[in-house]
Amino acid sequence: MRRERLSVVANESVGPYTLLRVARGSLEPGRPGQFFMLEAPGRVLPRPMSLCLAPRAELAFLIDPIGPGTRALCALERGETLQVLGPLGNGFDVEVERPLLVGGGIGIAPLPYLAQQLPGAPAVLGFRSDWHAEAAELVPNAQVCVEPVLVTQLIPDGMDVLACGPEPMLEAVRRVAPAAQLAWEAPMACGYGACYGCAVEIDGQLRRLCVEGPVLHAA
Amino acid sequence: MLLNASGCLDALTAPDVARSLDAFVTKTVTPLPREGNAPARIAETDVGMLNAIGLANPGIDRFLTRNLPQLEKLGVPFWVSVGGFQTDDYADICSRLDDHAVVSAIELNVSCPNVEAPVESATQIVAAARLATRKPLWAKLSPAAPDVGEVAQAAQAAGVDGLSLINTLRGLKLDARTLRPALGPGQGGLSGPALKPIALAAVASCYRATGMPIVGMGGIQTGLDALEFIAAGAQHVALGTVLFADPDAPARIRMELHAAAAEHGWNSYDDAYAVAHEESLSLRTT
Repeated sequence: MRRERLSVVANESVGPYTLLRVARGSLEPGRPGQFFMLEAPGRVLPRPMSLCLAPRAELAFLIDPIGPGTRALCALERGETLQVLGPLGNGFDVEVERPLLVGGGIGIAPLPYLAQQLPGAPAVLGFRSDWHAEAAELVPNAQVCVEPVLVTQLIPDGMDVLACGPEPMLEAVRRVAPAAQLAWEAPMACGYGACYGCAVEIDGQLRRLCVEGPVLHAA
Repeated sequence: MLLNASGCLDALTAPDVARSLDAFVTKTVTPLPREGNAPARIAETDVGMLNAIGLANPGIDRFLTRNLPQLEKLGVPFWVSVGGFQTDDYADICSRLDDHAVVSAIELNVSCPNVEAPVESATQIVAAARLATRKPLWAKLSPAAPDVGEVAQAAQAAGVDGLSLINTLRGLKLDARTLRPALGPGQGGLSGPALKPIALAAVASCYRATGMPIVGMGGIQTGLDALEFIAAGAQHVALGTVLFADPDAPARIRMELHAAAAEHGWNSYDDAYAVAHEESLSLRTT
């Protein structure tokens, strides 16, 4: 478990989101679907973010500025520094035959890095507006839908689904693709199994997402 | 001695963090396994965080057969935090831990804000636990009592060897958009920097009331914070919420603590012990 103070290289707008690029230091990018705990300036707790892209010598995170922590992260400027811990948790299993990437909203965050490890894999992405859908440019080979069309309407049969998105989307995905790999989300305090705060209830069982997930097999 | 606050670390998932402490304190162990509360279990506040984990633990049977041998292998001295719902629960668990030489001490959690309060008073629990074990017994008290010093005196009279101060305080956070509780169970325990002045007051009050050994905790983020607890009357300090944000905090805070003591011209931070009470005017108003 490695934690390091990293410098912001760039902060780029992607629709309503921010792509925060930081110098990698000695941290490893890890596997797609793994996450990092990012110090949120001025806040008590860091924020968990899955890796979006791993440009040379950098780590990049796609962040939706919805609360005080994510807004503080999105306000970071080039040259400012933050503590980063990771990579953490379990990522996607990329040893699949017919991969299909499925993402919803900010849940597309881990898909660009995943797509790099599954060259040519198709993707279906759902967003709530055209503005949000600008983030689809980060994912190659993507078919995009905007509400009221739902991403689950675009999933063909017989695909190995790797999905990340809001909980209702994941629940809908597992109904049409029971063997899907799903990346879940929960508020986290530590990210390394100390606090037991990130438990989510899946099929009546409480799972600690940071150490058991965040990617779990649906079945 | 630098410890973790019970509940804030799992030595089996983060052994390196546990090894960076002088002793590790387990999450609270109860008679039966507890899955804990339904999510959401944590929420950040402006100067702290709320948790409603709900004492998730394997129960004493599995703790003894599965966790204890693994903890022993870590090579870090450890204390077991004990919880329950009636006096007998505490006494039973204490007597079952008594035979295990590897357990350095027992901390009685008589103050968790996330479960129904023990029906019987802390004093009865301490007295029953005292009869059940020869191990050092520490009582973890809540600062929510009208006079925590009085509770501490009662615990002392009942045979406790030291006090852990403080546990979290009950708090509520509402989601700004929905105006509904952010935590699944509604309310939770407040920890983090917001607790520090409350914790310092409890440490100072209990030191004056009992003179007993105290583990001080509540919002310690830096070595200087830790030195303040020692000055208020804590022999030892424990880290809680800061471990979530910074798993390297024990090493950092230890270094800062030595540096902060040196700035006062002390060779050791022990020299700061209870110095706040030498200038009693500033504390007499509490």
